[in-house]
Amino acid sequence: METHSPLERLLRGIALTLVCLFFMFPIVWIVLMSFQTNETILRVPPSVVFMPTLENYTALITGRLETAAGTLNIDFMGNLWNSLFLSTTSVAIGLLLGVPAAYAFARLKFRGSEDIAFTLLSFRFAPPLLVLLPLTIYFQQLGLANTYGGLIWVYQLIVLPLILWIVRGYFEDIPADIEYAYRIAGHDFWSTFRRIALPLAGPGIAAAGLLSFIFAWNNFVFALVLASADKQPVTVGALAFVTASGIQYGQVAAGIVLSIAPTFALALYAQRYLVEGLSLGAVKG
Amino acid sequence: MTTAAPDLPRRRRFRVSRKVLPYLLSLPALLTCIGILIPFLTAVVYSLQRYRLSQPWAREFNWGQNYLNFLTDSAFWNTLKVSVTYAFLTVTVELLLGLGIALLLQKRTRLNNFISIMLLMPLMTAPALAALMWKLMTNPGFGILSYFATLLGLENFNWASDPSTAMLTVVIVDVWVYTPFIMILLLAGLRSLPPQPFEAAALDGVPRLFVFWRITLPMLTPFLLTATLFRVIESIQQFDIIYAMTQGGPGDTLTVFQVEAYLNFFQSTNVGRSAALLMILWAITYVLSNIFIKNWLRLREKQRGNA
Repeated sequence: METHSPLERLLRGIALTLVCLFFMFPIVWIVLMSFQTNETILRVPPSVVFMPTLENYTALITGRLETAAGTLNIDFMGNLWNSLFLSTTSVAIGLLLGVPAAYAFARLKFRGSEDIAFTLLSFRFAPPLLVLLPLTIYFQQLGLANTYGGLIWVYQLIVLPLILWIVRGYFEDIPADIEYAYRIAGHDFWSTFRRIALPLAGPGIAAAGLLSFIFAWNNFVFALVLASADKQPVTVGALAFVTASGIQYGQVAAGIVLSIAPTFALALYAQRYLVEGLSLGAVKG
Repeated sequence: MTTAAPDLPRRRRFRVSRKVLPYLLSLPALLTCIGILIPFLTAVVYSLQRYRLSQPWAREFNWGQNYLNFLTDSAFWNTLKVSVTYAFLTVTVELLLGLGIALLLQKRTRLNNFISIMLLMPLMTAPALAALMWKLMTNPGFGILSYFATLLGLENFNWASDPSTAMLTVVIVDVWVYTPFIMILLLAGLRSLPPQPFEAAALDGVPRLFVFWRITLPMLTPFLLTATLFRVIESIQQFDIIYAMTQGGPGDTLTVFQVEAYLNFFQSTNVGRSAALLMILWAITYVLSNIFIKNWLRLREKQRGNA
């Protein structure tokens, strides 16, 4: 592998440059767009030379869009808050429910445990609308329609399988002998779980939390079907934003930038665990 | 603390709860999910009914009629064709591109690590938002890609709004979002391969192409299989990108399973047909996910064994 001819090195370089161009260009372009006014965006031919403006961002943050047709109130910050609230709460509840279950699946083999674990995993692969469409009718009857509670419950479908299978792997990696030794020293089950298992699996639990946060944040279809405007996260809100009349394109771009920035930041922070999370705990990075 | 007297009852209490304990620990998670099984069963019932939200009085069981209707329903065959085409195109391109990139980045240099992290960004973008980004870039008025198309001499290249290029456009968006997924899995796979066979081949002066086909690829197969199945299952159910980009249009060009079911439910309020469509999609993904889980489990055990 060490003997690369100059020609091969050149070809590799060109291939990598093209790859980076294809995958990075859209992000760079949208970021550039978010700092432009409609006049510079609509120029033909397009140009990267422009006076950057923060107008789009201030309009989004204050929630008042000045358009030719007048002032428009857009609650994009509300959407951002919904995303933050829904994702954080779902992950917190998911961890609360999922971590003890993961421990049970990893340590205490019990009758039906593997079947249950696989059933939970298979939820991850079923078509979401199959469950969502009947739920719209049930939620209306139960009074859960357009409530945070109902959404957070459904979000467990994304969050729980991920947490369960990643954290389970981390619990399995702890040598059982450490826990036995602590137990023999006279400690009961709960303090062994709290003082030994939880801290040792800590990094895995944190990674599972961060990753499921990203997946919950990026979800679109759950809220599209179950939430109306005031409960919608950014993924659904941004779509409504585009179709609203008289919107400035720079503001749409700024909205997209604000919506993807949090997941990018988290992904950079948690990159060591991304492979593991994306493979649902099968492959270690 | 170390006196024997309080220790004994505590031990006995533990032994009693030992049988119940695992169920107790996993019960909350289970209950949350059992709530999900109820709407699933409801969907089964809906799929066996003549049920339109606009005509609730005409609701009745027609048993397999919804499914039988599909046989002569050209819209259904279109849905099946579009979904399979979409899944086939996206996964094939992503697999080839992902493998290529993984091979380029295989060596652990600082630059390669930096690039592989950068390439993850599309994957971290919500698919619905990625579709919006591409919508802005392909806008006929100011989109940069429309401008590039005219530079290449393609006048009136309308991307997603033209039936002849709509599929191409959504496939490009899907490839943009999900290629990094395949890339990162295969990269982890490549880097976890044992070095001995490669060293031996290098010593013997085996041609590199031969090494790739006979050593790298076979050893990478479990990773390739897992990544491919994972993507096929997700791709055949794709909703976010297509809905955000074109809502299944123009016409019925992109009415894949979930988009068609969504439109049936909310626009034509034909609950029965919508549920039957989703049941068929579920059957397809169920078979695929069973194969997937078996492979995934084998890979998981092997990887954990290495660790």
